[in-house]
Amino acid sequence: MIKIIAGRLFQLIPVLWIILTLTFFMTKIVPGGPFSAERQATPEVIAQLNAYYGLDKPVWQQYLRYLSKVVMFDFGPSYTYQSESVNEVIGRAFPISLQIGTLAFCIALVIGVTAGVIAAANKNKLLDYLPMSISMLGICLPTFVLGPILALVFGLVLKLAPVSGWYGLNYVPLHPAVMPAVTLGLFYAAYIARLTRGGMLDILNQDFIRTARAKGVPEHEIIFRHASRGGLLPVVAFLGPCFAGLISGSFVVEKVFNVPGLGQEFIKSVFNRDYPLILGTVVFFGALIVIFNLVSDVVQLLLDPRSRN
Amino acid sequence: MSSAMKTVIGVIAVLFAGVLVWMFARGTATDRSSYSLTLREANRNKILLLTVGSEPRTLDPQAAQGVTEHHIIMAMIEGLVAPSINDQAKVVPGMADRWEHNDDYSVWMFHIGEDRKWSNGDSITAHDFVFSYKRMLTASFGAQYAENLYILKGAEEYYNGKTGNFDDVGVKAIDDHNLRIELVGPTPYLLSLVQHDSWLPINPKTILKFGNIDTRDTKWTHAGNYVANGPFIMKTWRPNDVIEVVRNPLYWDAANVKLNGINFYSIENSNTGGRAFQAGQLHKTDQVSLDKVPYYRRMHPELIRIDPYEGVYFYRINISRKVLDNPKVRLALNLAIDRDAIVKNILREDQKPATGFTPPGMGDYTPLNKITYDPERARQLLAEAGYPKGKGFPKFTIHFNTLESHRAIAEAIQQMWKEELGIDVTLENQEWKVYLDTQNSINYDISRSAWIGDFLDPVTFLSMWTAGNGNNNTHWANSKYDALIEQAARTGDPKTRLDILHRAEELFLSELPVVLVYWYTNTYLLQPSVQNWYPLVLGNHNYKYIDLKDEFERAK
Amino acid sequence: MRDSTRAAPFADPVPVQGESLERGSSLWRDAWLRLQKNRIALFGLWTFMLIAILCLGGPFFTSYSYESTEISLKASAPTERIVLRTEFRKVGEPRESYLALSSLEDEFLERSPAERRAIKERVQNGNEFREGNAAYRLSNQRHVFGTDPLGRDLLTRVLIGGRISLAVGFAATLVSIAIGVVWGAAAGFAGGKVDTVMMRFADILYALPFTVIVILLMVMFGRNFVLLFVAIGAVEWLNMSRIVRGQIIALKNQEFIEAAISLGLPAYRIMFRHLIPNVMGSIIIYTTLTVPNVMLLEAVLSFLGLGVQPPLSSWGVLIDEGSRTMETSPWLLFFPAVFFTLTLFSLNFLGDGLRDALDPKSSKD
Repeated sequence: MIKIIAGRLFQLIPVLWIILTLTFFMTKIVPGGPFSAERQATPEVIAQLNAYYGLDKPVWQQYLRYLSKVVMFDFGPSYTYQSESVNEVIGRAFPISLQIGTLAFCIALVIGVTAGVIAAANKNKLLDYLPMSISMLGICLPTFVLGPILALVFGLVLKLAPVSGWYGLNYVPLHPAVMPAVTLGLFYAAYIARLTRGGMLDILNQDFIRTARAKGVPEHEIIFRHASRGGLLPVVAFLGPCFAGLISGSFVVEKVFNVPGLGQEFIKSVFNRDYPLILGTVVFFGALIVIFNLVSDVVQLLLDPRSRN
Repeated sequence: MSSAMKTVIGVIAVLFAGVLVWMFARGTATDRSSYSLTLREANRNKILLLTVGSEPRTLDPQAAQGVTEHHIIMAMIEGLVAPSINDQAKVVPGMADRWEHNDDYSVWMFHIGEDRKWSNGDSITAHDFVFSYKRMLTASFGAQYAENLYILKGAEEYYNGKTGNFDDVGVKAIDDHNLRIELVGPTPYLLSLVQHDSWLPINPKTILKFGNIDTRDTKWTHAGNYVANGPFIMKTWRPNDVIEVVRNPLYWDAANVKLNGINFYSIENSNTGGRAFQAGQLHKTDQVSLDKVPYYRRMHPELIRIDPYEGVYFYRINISRKVLDNPKVRLALNLAIDRDAIVKNILREDQKPATGFTPPGMGDYTPLNKITYDPERARQLLAEAGYPKGKGFPKFTIHFNTLESHRAIAEAIQQMWKEELGIDVTLENQEWKVYLDTQNSINYDISRSAWIGDFLDPVTFLSMWTAGNGNNNTHWANSKYDALIEQAARTGDPKTRLDILHRAEELFLSELPVVLVYWYTNTYLLQPSVQNWYPLVLGNHNYKYIDLKDEFERAK
Repeated sequence: MRDSTRAAPFADPVPVQGESLERGSSLWRDAWLRLQKNRIALFGLWTFMLIAILCLGGPFFTSYSYESTEISLKASAPTERIVLRTEFRKVGEPRESYLALSSLEDEFLERSPAERRAIKERVQNGNEFREGNAAYRLSNQRHVFGTDPLGRDLLTRVLIGGRISLAVGFAATLVSIAIGVVWGAAAGFAGGKVDTVMMRFADILYALPFTVIVILLMVMFGRNFVLLFVAIGAVEWLNMSRIVRGQIIALKNQEFIEAAISLGLPAYRIMFRHLIPNVMGSIIIYTTLTVPNVMLLEAVLSFLGLGVQPPLSSWGVLIDEGSRTMETSPWLLFFPAVFFTLTLFSLNFLGDGLRDALDPKSSKD
């Protein structure tokens, strides 16, 4: 097991290198530069700025220079946040996304697994359709619809949560992470619920469960002890990218609730052609993806011993 | 369950619990309390809460280039002169307590007040201004607005390295308190110009402490480092959330500053901004979502403000395209648009249909009234150009950057051209930077555009159409037009000068490399407790005049 | 408690000697028979068919065009009465425009509120009102779903948008499912280094900035519909491949697969005949989850300039626009969202039914 984990962590290096290289060259081909604006600066100014940031050199030189810095964990200055480095931007924005994402993940997991298990245990009965239909709403009301609705109801009408901002307004009872987390969590809960139900049903139909039933093992024990392990396999495979996606922030939700998380930094960096910030966030996100996919693979292995060979 | 399994799940659970406990513990920590103000508390403490839209990229006035940045810098840095309370054409003393100019407005003397101080205690001298302009004109610093200073004698030469001696540039400190500015030509609008970010002073000691004269992106703009000379100084800057500024005790006119502080929130999404306003989190928003304008106008007229604003919304026409190179066609396209209907039904913010290029309010310059809605004549012109009822008219594309209102206007214009002229255009939206690239490389047929004036003079609108100007972007060039603009720059008499500019704009409108749409207004929500917030055409509010009324107290 | 490390908790899902596997057709025929017994699933199927037919045929019957604007009408509420304004001009035909009865008063803002109300009542009662060279009278136009901010019939736009969304939803989902299933199954079945390389490739794709890729694709190939599928397909298969791979790994060490390998069956045959049918349940579930994602992703692509261009629209774009005006004109969000939701529900019920029907074990229920 430890060998597997160590091996996978070692793979992180080539994976991140490929991600970095591909992204670097893609950003160089994408039209529009970091210094273009509705009101054009003179060509001389643009040339000065390019020289200042080393963008006037041949691309391969820029690449090598950049790579040599990244090896020292220096992702360079941000063009959008003049006077902040990419490391500083990630350093201030990630903790916020981490908080929202963790809470959202817990919400999604609790609601999703509960709904899925209840539905599977009551296949084709009211207690199947009801939780499934409710969990479906998370998908039918995408985040850009659900977010404003929650902001209106809990922020403006009930005055329980802030409608905007992260540091402000602690006279409202709810932490500013709660509404964004609920918005995100409900969306992922729908996925988890459906995957749980499907996975559980696959297992509940198998012979060893029938045997257990025939032996008179109580139903709750069958579901929680015997079926849950195999039944959650598809969910676990999904949780890796799900968690990585959640904690790297969501552009839409961060915009709706105006929280300064990493999701909007990433999207805005692309729109601003802030090359160092694009690369920094992409590499950071890539590392999260690989690590959490590793975690989810490890959990899969533990859930299903036969996969280990 | 195997023990390994239990361990792993246990570790994961503990990690999650850790993050959750940490976040909620932080949530109650004291460092948040200073940001939590209800409107009533804010009124009582005289803290103005407003949003300026997106997050500023920098608060270094000489590296700044946007309106957002300008509105925050205004609170902390004061130029030679400052905006008056209610009239953008007038100025009040800023760092200069008096000034004079020669007959043709080409040489100005500013006397820097003796009591003017930086927030670090240093006196402000004429040398600081010379240093600031030197920094702007240092090519390696890469100030995007360096061009603004080219009206200083010798500035362009210095920037381009033709002279290495800054003494050759037309800005001199006669002594600590007298600044002499010599310009390349008559500039009657200089007082309006020097309020622009690019003309604001910075503290040389601070700049040199954090880098050289040409080092960009240093930390001097951070809270704690920022040295200001305006009514307020920076207290905190939390990116993408809030910038707090508080009263500057060393400001020369501190006795007349009414507010104790201003919180600038960065809220990009206009719906979120609207909700924050409704929730009592803001005194002022920077805009109102399109659909809420009629609601506020009908239900809460006391909360919505619609001010005239120096801007024009138009489409650029690429006149190197066949068919579009015909002025008759371009005039027909202009005459077929019912601007009133667009403004009245789509925008609904009292924008004025653009009948000329320069909007009203530019000092003594009267806007032209040449382009109206005249579908009959449009059809006739199109027929004369060889496309009766649009027959044989090639299919062009309107490019615009993705935004709800741009799309709505483009769809309406598409429909008007179809109905009135029988011509078909397609619409193509592009992501912002791609759109800019398309426009700047003139790789479009028709492209959505806008222009916001920097100062109160028609030149800010007209100079962009000279041949080879980086913002022309239409391939349109007319030597007569260039000559008129040139002549205006050499004319000292204000009235003659405006007449020449009038002639230039008339010429421009007879050729029309653009489709005119509307003249801007500035629409925002404003709490009635905010005092002295007058409509200003450039939107330059001198924050020292702004006051808050404690309604609660008044009710008692 | 069962000692999980030793005993195999799962029995063979599909008996290898079972004829049904080698005669794939009967598997599907059985499934179809079982599906027909599942009423909820059938209900989902019919609802879905109804929506598809409405979107395909509906726009021909609504008597409004999805593109011609009537900007003076603005966003009028569903079934609101509409006033015809005729303006007589010195030259040319009189000009006709429409406006909502509720906004009629705004035409006479210079008059007193009482007068305005009188005018409104007069028109409302079917009388004509003349002022200057303009005449106002009630028209018999009705918009069941109301109109959008440019005065276009929302019903027609929702139906037209449905065509795009359904087409994109299905084509792009199929693309992503096909890639995801094959990729995941191949990685899981091959195992070892191949698995590592394939899955790390997926990780890399997952991490690459989607927005940049889309902008790049557009710049290189211009905008076209095929590109839309490529762009969506390129990202949506990643989760599917992870899910399939996880299950294949769990399956491949079971006796019936080992038996198949020892029989010398070619790898592709084992994959497609023995492995994939056994993970069909998860595939179907995740497919029904991919459809809404794809439809919403299309709206994001429209923002970047790929995807539908105005005046055409899609459900994703309509919902996105509607969500911004939900406080002032909720119908702009409500109707597209209802169509979207109905489609998803019917697909999910159908998907659950299919899953049950394809589950080889469920026949024993």
